Amino acid sequence: MKSLGSFRRKFAPWNDPQAKPFIAIENVTKRFGDFTAVDDLSLNIYNREFFALLGASGCGKSTLLRMLAGFETPTSGRILIDGQDMSGIPPYKRPVNMMFQSYALFPHMTVEGNIAFGLKQDGMPKNEIEARVAEMLKLVKLEQFAKRKPHQLSGGQRQRVALARCVAKRPKVLLLDEPLGALDKKLREETQFELMDLQMKLGLTFVIVTHDQEEAMTMSDRIAVMDKGKVKQVATPAEVYEAPNSKFVADFIGNVNMFEGTVTAAQDGKINIDIAADKMTIRTDATRDCSVGQTVGFAIRPEKIRLSRKEPANSSVNAAYGELYDIAYFGDMTVFHVQLENGRIIKAASLNAVRTVEDPLGYEDMVWVNFDTDAGILLTA
Amino acid sequence: MNTTWSRFNIASLVLGFAFLYLPIVLLVVYSFNESRLVTVWAGFSTKWYVSLFNNQAFIDAAWVTIRVGLISATFATILGTLGALAMTRYTRFRGRMLFSAMIYAPLVMPEVITGLSLLLLFVAIGLDRGILTVTLAHITFSMCFVAVVVQSRLVTFDRSLEEAAMDLGATPVTTFFKVTLPVILPAVVSGWMLAFTLSLDDLVISSFTSGPGATTLPMRIYSQVRLGVTPEINAACTILIAIVAVGVIIASIANKRREVNRARDEQAAARN
Repeated sequence: MKSLGSFRRKFAPWNDPQAKPFIAIENVTKRFGDFTAVDDLSLNIYNREFFALLGASGCGKSTLLRMLAGFETPTSGRILIDGQDMSGIPPYKRPVNMMFQSYALFPHMTVEGNIAFGLKQDGMPKNEIEARVAEMLKLVKLEQFAKRKPHQLSGGQRQRVALARCVAKRPKVLLLDEPLGALDKKLREETQFELMDLQMKLGLTFVIVTHDQEEAMTMSDRIAVMDKGKVKQVATPAEVYEAPNSKFVADFIGNVNMFEGTVTAAQDGKINIDIAADKMTIRTDATRDCSVGQTVGFAIRPEKIRLSRKEPANSSVNAAYGELYDIAYFGDMTVFHVQLENGRIIKAASLNAVRTVEDPLGYEDMVWVNFDTDAGILLTA
Repeated sequence: MNTTWSRFNIASLVLGFAFLYLPIVLLVVYSFNESRLVTVWAGFSTKWYVSLFNNQAFIDAAWVTIRVGLISATFATILGTLGALAMTRYTRFRGRMLFSAMIYAPLVMPEVITGLSLLLLFVAIGLDRGILTVTLAHITFSMCFVAVVVQSRLVTFDRSLEEAAMDLGATPVTTFFKVTLPVILPAVVSGWMLAFTLSLDDLVISSFTSGPGATTLPMRIYSQVRLGVTPEINAACTILIAIVAVGVIIASIANKRREVNRARDEQAAARN
């Protein structure tokens, strides 16, 4: 059996019907006046899972996170953490800790003082606090900065203090609100792996809010794609990318060529879609139920499209001829925009797997684009 | 930028400073005058300072002023801070505009009106006028100033600091004393100092609300002046000016030093 994506995932409690969710969000709605931030949303998050809430700003992801932390109360519905109903439980009594987007480090306390703050609230004995703080400083590699104040640290160091402070209490769940948003690109990539290592090492459940799909794809076990207070799809990064369940998700995650047309023929598990707007026909595997005459969407990722100067073997199916209109070079890959004879522009990407190319493609070259019948995504929603 | 000094610039600077400080300089200089006459210079002497410290009425008035100042500034700071917190935290309640306008109104209210209305209130409820009534009156008008100062700090206060504290297990009360208060402390302290200074030099409201045995220093000076200016008053004013000047200088040096340290730390942090 073929599977989606390029690697196999060992950890998948969501496929196990016996597994009990660690965080259960049941029909939660949150309204601010007339505005519905979170709309009748249900989600299960499992123990030790790295779970990402992904969406554009204003989609309700931060509100959901703040409800988990206890800073907002659901208008209706309820949240259970480890089987316990969280209704009416204030933030300071919840088994969760949150890392804030602004880090929210206490400016009047040293790094040590910041990390020890939560432990002191629990009434932990002094020598244990000292030991735990030392352990945390070691974990985030900030031993020599213990006596510094937050304003004496760089952005990356502050981020690590914030992280140490919220894992110091050994919470069951760690909530992270755009944890890498304030870091520059290079540091962000390093920190992504540090966060993943940390989550493994401590065996915690992470719920992360982000608008950066690359970040969500890299780090998380599953992603919930959110829009207008609703979850559009909950799935592994590979599923979200290779098998999006709707036009919204297909378009939101990654780059895509999107078509809309009518099913004209269905036979042997394959269908023909007539794309009236572009005067072309696409043939694809019928991965979803659909009938002749139905309007469907078809999405295909740029890297699934082949480019060639020569006419492909079977040029009657899913192939078209056009002119190279734009070229975007990214180093690791190049994206070609091909303008077909019908005027439609198709994005096709190719990996730059070798350093030197004989007779490379250039602007205004005439090329063929083609793809297999299993390369695209049939969308009925 | 043009850095040369034109004659016009120099002249306007000299005139401006003269306008501001000439009266004060004269006052200070004549406090060291040998002569009894304020307008005739008769040689250097510190005898008016000696006689000031022997003047029991002045000493008493100074004590009253300091006590009223300390107590009223402290209470005004507590009330003003609470008011500022309420104003910034509960941004959506019925009548908020009215409430906020009512906090600011006393800032622009003529002192005569404040003083008179307080006097009428104290008479109506049968409160004997004395130190208590002066202190209450001072709390009333200076808490608005504290509220304004503290509120301006709270507007830029990052609420996620409080959320972080609660998230880490601190109750709302602990959060206030361990996180909110330490962070806004500079504003609270300057609010207190403002309230203290206002109380120190208030004449109008004090005159309305004070009674026997509760004469403040400004009241004492004013009543003395009506009988004729003596160099003793110059001496008293010089001491007040010295205290205020020293306070201002210390505060600005401390501020400057903090800024310099902060800038240096931030540069160091950016480097590593």
